[in-house]
Amino acid sequence: MSDLDTKPAADTKPAVARAASRLTHVIADLGKNGIFIALILVVLLFAFLTDGILLRPQNISNLIVQNGYILVLAVGMVMVIIAGHIDLSVGSVAAFVGACSGVFAVHWGLPWWLSIILSLGIGALVGVWQGFWIAYVGIPAFIVTLAGMLIFRGLALVVLGNSNIGSFPSEYRALGNGFLTDLFGEYELDPLTLGIAALAILALITQQVRTRIGRQKYSQEVEPLAWFIVKLALITLAIGFFAYALAAYKGVPVTLIVLAVLVMVYGTVMTRTVFGRHIYAIGGNRHAAELSGIKTRKVDFYLFVNMGTLAALAGLIFTARLNLAGPKAGDGFELEAISAAFIGGAAVTGGVGTIGGAIIGGLIIGVLNNGMSILGIGIEWQQAVKGLVLLLAVAFDVYNKRRAGGH
Amino acid sequence: MTTNILEMRSITKTFPGVKALSTVTLDVARGEVHAICGENGAGKSTLMKVLSGVYPHGTYDGDIVFEDEVVQFKDIRDSEAKGIVIIHQELALSPYLSIAENIFLNNEQKGALGLIDWDKTNHEAATLLARVGLRENPTTRIMDIGVGKQQLVEIAKALSKRVKLLILDEPTAALNDEDSDHLLDLILHLKGQGITSIIISHKLNEIKKVSDAVTIIRDGKAIETIAKTDVTEERIIKDMVGRDLEHRYPDHTPHIGEEILRVEDWTAYHPQDTSRLVVDAVNLNVRAGEIVGIAGLMGAGRTEFAMSLFGQSYGSKITGRVFKHGKEIKTRTVSEAIDNGIAYATEDRKTYGLNLIEDIKRNISMASLKKLEKAGLVNDNEEYRVANEYRTSMNIKAPNVLVKTGKLSGGNQQKVVLSKWIYSDPDVLILDEPTRGIDVGAKYEIYTIINKLAAQGKGVIVISSELPELLGISDRIYTISEGRITGEFPIKEATPETLIKHMTMEKAR
Repeated sequence: MSDLDTKPAADTKPAVARAASRLTHVIADLGKNGIFIALILVVLLFAFLTDGILLRPQNISNLIVQNGYILVLAVGMVMVIIAGHIDLSVGSVAAFVGACSGVFAVHWGLPWWLSIILSLGIGALVGVWQGFWIAYVGIPAFIVTLAGMLIFRGLALVVLGNSNIGSFPSEYRALGNGFLTDLFGEYELDPLTLGIAALAILALITQQVRTRIGRQKYSQEVEPLAWFIVKLALITLAIGFFAYALAAYKGVPVTLIVLAVLVMVYGTVMTRTVFGRHIYAIGGNRHAAELSGIKTRKVDFYLFVNMGTLAALAGLIFTARLNLAGPKAGDGFELEAISAAFIGGAAVTGGVGTIGGAIIGGLIIGVLNNGMSILGIGIEWQQAVKGLVLLLAVAFDVYNKRRAGGH
Repeated sequence: MTTNILEMRSITKTFPGVKALSTVTLDVARGEVHAICGENGAGKSTLMKVLSGVYPHGTYDGDIVFEDEVVQFKDIRDSEAKGIVIIHQELALSPYLSIAENIFLNNEQKGALGLIDWDKTNHEAATLLARVGLRENPTTRIMDIGVGKQQLVEIAKALSKRVKLLILDEPTAALNDEDSDHLLDLILHLKGQGITSIIISHKLNEIKKVSDAVTIIRDGKAIETIAKTDVTEERIIKDMVGRDLEHRYPDHTPHIGEEILRVEDWTAYHPQDTSRLVVDAVNLNVRAGEIVGIAGLMGAGRTEFAMSLFGQSYGSKITGRVFKHGKEIKTRTVSEAIDNGIAYATEDRKTYGLNLIEDIKRNISMASLKKLEKAGLVNDNEEYRVANEYRTSMNIKAPNVLVKTGKLSGGNQQKVVLSKWIYSDPDVLILDEPTRGIDVGAKYEIYTIINKLAAQGKGVIVISSELPELLGISDRIYTISEGRITGEFPIKEATPETLIKHMTMEKAR
């Protein structure tokens, strides 16, 4: 690891210039990760306002479990938004699929795993339906999914037949409120959680170091070594604290495992696969993408199939958590997911956005929800505050871009 | 009263880190047509923005004297009130509004109760249209008339503001020869009515045609002002690039080999109006190492032919056969065309060629991601290396390949587009207006790249409106008119006169 230094050997800049370039690096990084810093500030603010209740182990665990479905939706939504579309139907689709899963698991008594697979399949079919209209007929996604919002809310009511469906099998319920410790028995500090966290930290550091070495091999500029180490240390600390909190409560929520897998898989898809690159290219300039041989219709189609499937997953998690499939399920989910994507830095015009950003955006909304609830602030003010945060986040983004553009 | 309508004295304008203009002095005599010439990024547009108040007084140093009075504009409205009107390269018309509505936008003709008087609006508009020689109904929507006519509407709009000094930023960049001529005649006509014009242009022949004086700007400095009688192309070019350009076209010794591509009876109809024939039984071929020019006026079907061939990106009811190395191939989708070794670089890079919010690297790889894919993942580092290679070999002026293409100049953007297609490793490249909107120095570089491609044994088809360019670089030229190939000339037999004759040849009726 001898070449793990700041830059290739040819660096002959004077010390002052080097220090300045390091500083610009740090500032540029902070700018790029502004949303991450915003999350930390929001957490600190509410930790202070709630006298530390926000950061109690039980509450941290709740934060994940309560917002899991929004985060799942945010992952799919940011992809749809990057391609320049929108999906207003996800809340209704979640309700519809939740209702179907109730029929499968409770009314028909199918095994829990089969119910889940069938439900996800229904979500995918919903995506096929909407994707067909958007990609191959060429109707704007706004219209197709606005129609979908009505269609699937209606179908959810039809499936439920004016009643709720409850008492799901316990394995199914685990999706929404289970913990991995349930499988291994209870300790003061759950060793499994700590073990998983240690592995996650190790994997993250290895991956970061490998990327860095890879870039240096191709003599790309990398960030200063000191800053690199500080950043890794901070991330390690954050994961460590988070894991400690989970271990002190009930362990790793099943929802978190699902989320972690989604973030890793979709993060890779968006940054490292041809399909992901095509999504960015289409969002950035659809004509140019088409004339570069990208099959834009196909990409659009699969994006909506994917969104339908993730909406189904969100519906399952929500239903499992409440142990109830009801007519009001999924109300307003689409707005929270869209907000998460935009707070997380996605551009309204498409072409820009990240999975990580959307997750952080979702967490900011989650912390706002949770923090304000602890403070006893009514739902009406919560709505207003969340609306304001969305507006300010996008305004800040627009302002930043304008400044960077030099106009 | 001096004879100068405008004097800009020692104008200096700095942006953070860049001195865009340094002590530029510009004198424009009353009633003349004054051309401003310079490479992209030389500071022409900045100077005009200072003049028109886009950059308000206080953000620059120096004085502007208009009609013997020092003026300090706060914004465009200020300068328009004095009679200075600027017409930008990208026209500022609303496509869904009528000609008359556009002319009087924000200057509405009001009647009783402050409501818009439509009779007056349309009547006044008709008078203005007559003055610019545009025979269109004032109620026609802007989107239903061509770019050339839209340009005239802009001028009519300027006239409605009682313009004294008209500034035109590359007015003919998007026009064909006929519309350009009409526009230049109009500028001269307005000159006869006492309207002074400043015209920013790359096109040396039109500068020679209309201007009484030429000021050349390079690197934010005014190099010199040349009077009409002393204007020569060589002198302007020398001032613009700061060196002699002995040859405007690089030397090219063709080594022509076997036929690579042959197109037979290629026919396409308009995408909406499917009874309108746009490309009419086109036959042509390209050989290895050959540069083939396609000369045609705008709307002659050049771009339509190329795009219908390239993955049926244009048109309907497309028929015809394509042969590569004598074997028939299909090009029904863009990816099929690319896989068959065909590349098409569009005439409109901003709309159809580049993802402006992405960096150089990702634009270059956009058409060839499959090449960078390994085990399902795109190799970022390899992509960086490849892009960097092209940055060096194509001389793309950017500090690194992570710069967004939206921030590059036209010439460098074009080099990115060409890099993208060269990296896709085609056998035939179709380049549609490869030097449009590019300054002289960068044009030379693009020609060099085209020559290099031919030297590597690729077939190159160049579509262009500029005859000197086609004559300068091609080995063989086809003329196209009304969708039909009307002539084919080896370079030795091609003269501007014969080409123009065949480019304007009409179908026997």
